[in-house]
Amino acid sequence: MNTTLNKWAVAIALGLASAVACAGDVEIKAPWVRGTVAGQQATGAFMELSSRDGATLVGASSPVAGAVEIHEMRMEGNIMKMRQIPRLELPAGKPLTLGPGGYHVMLLNLKQPLRKGDTVPLTLQIEGSDKKVETLQIAAPVRDLTAATNEHKH
Amino acid sequence: MTIRQTLLLWIAALLLGCSQPTHFNSTDISGADWGKDFQLTDSRGQPRRLADFKDKVVVVFFGYTQCPDVCPTTLSTMRDTLARMGDSASRVQVVFITLDPARDGAPMLGDYVAAFHPSFIGLYGDEATTAATAKDFKVFYSKHPGSSPDSYSIDHSTSSYAFDPQGRLRLLIRHGDTPENIAADLKRLLAGK
Repeated sequence: MNTTLNKWAVAIALGLASAVACAGDVEIKAPWVRGTVAGQQATGAFMELSSRDGATLVGASSPVAGAVEIHEMRMEGNIMKMRQIPRLELPAGKPLTLGPGGYHVMLLNLKQPLRKGDTVPLTLQIEGSDKKVETLQIAAPVRDLTAATNEHKH
Repeated sequence: MTIRQTLLLWIAALLLGCSQPTHFNSTDISGADWGKDFQLTDSRGQPRRLADFKDKVVVVFFGYTQCPDVCPTTLSTMRDTLARMGDSASRVQVVFITLDPARDGAPMLGDYVAAFHPSFIGLYGDEATTAATAKDFKVFYSKHPGSSPDSYSIDHSTSSYAFDPQGRLRLLIRHGDTPENIAADLKRLLAGK
């Protein structure tokens, strides 16, 4: 009995550690949120999304933020521009990285500072190829404010 | 003057004349007649201007703390740059000037930059001073409305500037350049090049 329970515990722990969440055919890997200092009102959440049949990210929410938006960051020459986008297409079979230098989920009107080691619950609304919207719950670990890339930290 | 002395002088002049100009990884903007100074306030409320950092290489970057991407990446790059400079890192002053004084209040701005490196300084001015400083440094910025009045984003230039220890504007550092390249350039400036 104990052994079985331990196996379950290990399986759950591994599941959490690899931070993979699935809904329909959408899989989310390696989510993380950039930490903030007290008084900072906004930050970005980053992750890797993949869809077997193609899907669209159409919305997001989190209890730590007054509003959550999908944003695109792009460079026009030397100028950085950041814009809210209503939908983000996930092409079939091709992972899409939300990372510095591209797309991100923007957490606005933060209700508290996000410290390294905290976990941020995020709910993503995903529209499948059948136009049905499913919600996907993920728990994104908070990385240091100074984290620079999407790389895993060991 | 003997012929020999004259020849030696000529050779010396030729050598000086032919000496290679210092090659920087960043864009050399030496001699620019803009971006000569700033008069802003640090997160402790102290007035700050360029002359306060005499004998240091000063790296100036304009951004805002709600920028989730380019600004923290630039500050992380500068932290990694200092880590490659050994003892000479203490002669580099990184200055972050906020383009968003309405939201980047003093204590938070100081905490934000110090999270990257304890030596980094965050500066702010009122809206008019911020606009004048950005204009003087040829920094473009423009507020873009968000879904609520306080969730605007700011389009902005992403390069940093480096001043030499004499307080002269020398380099335009591209966003995305490596800490190795930037450290090499800052060391050249510290060496009087």
